[in-house]
This record gives sequence, structure tokens and C-alpha cells, in this order.
Amino acid sequence: MKLGVLCSGGKDSIYSCGMAMEREEVACLITVHAKNEESYLFHTPNVGLVRLQAEAAELPLVETESAGRKEEEMADLGRALDLARERHGIAGVVTGAILSVYQASRIQRLCRERSLWCFNPLWHTGQEAYMQTLIGQGYEVLVSGVFSEPFDASWLGKRIDARALTLLKQYAEKYRITLTGEGGEYETFVADAPFFSKRIEVVRAETGYRNFRGVYRITDARLVEKNDPAR
Amino acid sequence: MILLVDLCYRDGSLGFEEFVLPIARIVEGAGAEYRTVHYTRQPGQAARDCDGIILCGTPLMDNGFLGHLALFSWIPETRRPILGICAGMEVLALLAGGRVIPCPGIGMTEVRVTAPDPIFPENRTFEAYELHENACTLPPCYHALAESDRYIQVFRDPDHPVYGVMFHPEVRNEWVVGRFLDAFCRSSLSGSPGDRSLLQFQ
Repeated sequence: MKLGVLCSGGKDSIYSCGMAMEREEVACLITVHAKNEESYLFHTPNVGLVRLQAEAAELPLVETESAGRKEEEMADLGRALDLARERHGIAGVVTGAILSVYQASRIQRLCRERSLWCFNPLWHTGQEAYMQTLIGQGYEVLVSGVFSEPFDASWLGKRIDARALTLLKQYAEKYRITLTGEGGEYETFVADAPFFSKRIEVVRAETGYRNFRGVYRITDARLVEKNDPAR
Repeated sequence: MILLVDLCYRDGSLGFEEFVLPIARIVEGAGAEYRTVHYTRQPGQAARDCDGIILCGTPLMDNGFLGHLALFSWIPETRRPILGICAGMEVLALLAGGRVIPCPGIGMTEVRVTAPDPIFPENRTFEAYELHENACTLPPCYHALAESDRYIQVFRDPDHPVYGVMFHPEVRNEWVVGRFLDAFCRSSLSGSPGDRSLLQFQ
């Protein structure tokens, strides 16, 4: 079955893409650029770099734009799905939804209207085991934004490794955040994955942070060989 | 031991993680062991060694199991407690003489308990997540236990602990699985106290 993966550039969509590649044929990545940073559906920090991720994964990319207005976002996503089917003949869609009924239900409806299959391979996954798997399998996951207490500016651009996961677990217990950031507490960008032929090197980035909210905006990045000794 | 039957379009499909593993985590959380088997891999044999059976759901577009009803002929003979979820409820309905009718539902819905029971002990409503293309008519001799505006949400065989639920209990209603195990598969829970919150009708 040919599938298109809805990709924000974050860990959940990239990991779901990897799972889909093991079982079915992933025909393309699909991304929607939201102009509104408060977009309900589309994760925004560094979504422009999905192009590099697609290149690293050797997959075509289907891109559309959205004004990020709540009532129009579904139509914008629908256009992206139509385009992916037209260009790549997809029969289904993969998302990285973990817990969000809001997100999952809307995408299920969009797919049903188009007779597309819809898969959410991380749905209600064991969150700690999932985070450990990401780290264990070598996913290079960078924190691209923080949006809740107690995250400070030091998290921006931080790689999620075993030490970071220990901290996240403490935060989850004390501040009731979701370990995976599914509640929007933090966002991520994946610079490397086991199925990438090259990794993404961040050349330049800028950060902005205030009152537990901050963004790590990558302004320049490039693909490099995975065995690059300069890494 | 609880047997989880995968009804997705093929063994090892991308639907397994979405529809079988979340149920497995609840079973494990309740203190029981489980094994999974695809419906095409003779689950009737595995059922003999199990204390209870859960027939899991499938993706919205995945209704291939309806064309292979003969592969479920072991169910009426198994005499084990059964919980059929969504696709699993459809199989139970067809085996017991009910019908499956086109009736899509996606998202949260209000479920009203109409006939209290060991799993659903009070006449009240709760919110549940549904994801289905079809609904079921009530098989002859079965009892409807809960409903939503357009269709039956829960039915059971009055003589045996065989339940069908149209909504997905793995989303916000894990207690349905917990109470099913506690009421009818007690022997599978021995040795571990499990998560007691799974027993509360919420």
C-alpha cells in the first residue's frame, strides 16, 4: 500500500514514517506550512526544513501552505492530501498522533472523505518506552520549541538523550507535562534517523525565549554524510 | 493469559500498533499476561489455553475481516469470556445472527448505559471515542446494555460473558477492559495487584 506521511519535522511524524517504511511503501512526505505560529493542527518551528528531511530520507515531498486559521486548516490539509494522491497515488496516510483525539478525529474524517486509509502507529504508545526507543535507535531529536513551565532557555536546541529524558520524566511527574510533548509542552526537530541516508547539520540557529516560551529557529542547515569526521 | 486477536488486514500490519498494542498495555497494566494472534492464524487453538479473549478493532477502511467470517467459527465453541471491540463487536453480532449496517462514527460521543451490568454498573452516561464505518443490530437473544443516538454501543450474551462494544475503550475508557478482566478473567490477574484505577467506572 502506498502511503503519504504527514510530516511536521518533529520526532513523532519522523518515527511513524520509519515504522511505515518497515511495513508498507512510503511514497512521499506531506507537509503544510502554517503562517500562524498558533496553528491548531500544524506544528510550526522549522517546518520549512522538512524539505531537507525528505531529501535525507530520499522521499518526495508534497508541500502546501495554510494561513493557520482554525476553521480553514482542515481544508488546507485536504488540499495537501489531494495533491499527494494525484502526484504519488497514495492509498493512505500516516500520522504521528499519540493522544490527541482532536487531531486524530479530524484527520480520520479528512481521510474518510477521500477513501484514504489512516494509520496512527504511535496511538496510545507507552510514552517512556517510545522515548527510550528513539534514543536507543539513534534518532537525533533536537528541542525546537518550549511552551510550558518549567522549560528554560537551555532546552532550546538540546538533543534528547538519556540525560534529557531523565529530566523530562521528572518534569512529567512534578509539572504534569506529557513525556512526549503531545500536549504542546515542547516541540522537536529530527536531524537524523536510522533511515536517513544523510544527517542534517545545523549551521546556524537563533533562539528567542521568554516566560517559559521559546523557539529554536534553524536559519541555516545542510545535509552531511553520516560518517563525516567533522561531526 | 489473555488472548488478543488482531483483526487488521494482514498479520504484522501497520494497524497492529494502533489497535492491538494499546489494549495489550491495558491488560498488562491490570496485571495480566497476554499473547497476540492474527485472526487468520487459527486463534481458536490459542484460545484453549487462555482465560479470556479480546477481539481488537481495525482502521476505519479495514473491513476485510467481514469477508472471512468462517475464520471465526471457533468463537461460539470456545466458552471463554470475550470482549469484542468495534470490528470485534461486528464479528460477534454476525456470529449470533445480528447484522452489520453502514453507520460511520468518528470522534467523541455520549454513551448511555441502559441496563446495568457487572462491567457497566450504573445507569448513566460517559464520553467515549468511536472510529467505525459500520454499526450492529442487536442479535436475537442478546441484550443491549448501552447506546448512543443512532446505534447500540454495548451488547452482551445474557448467558455467557460475551460482550461487544462499538467505541474504543483504549481511549479514555480503559476501565472497560479492566472491569472485564476483573469480573470474568480473575485467574489471569493472579500474582499481581495491577492498576486499581482500571476497575473504576469513570
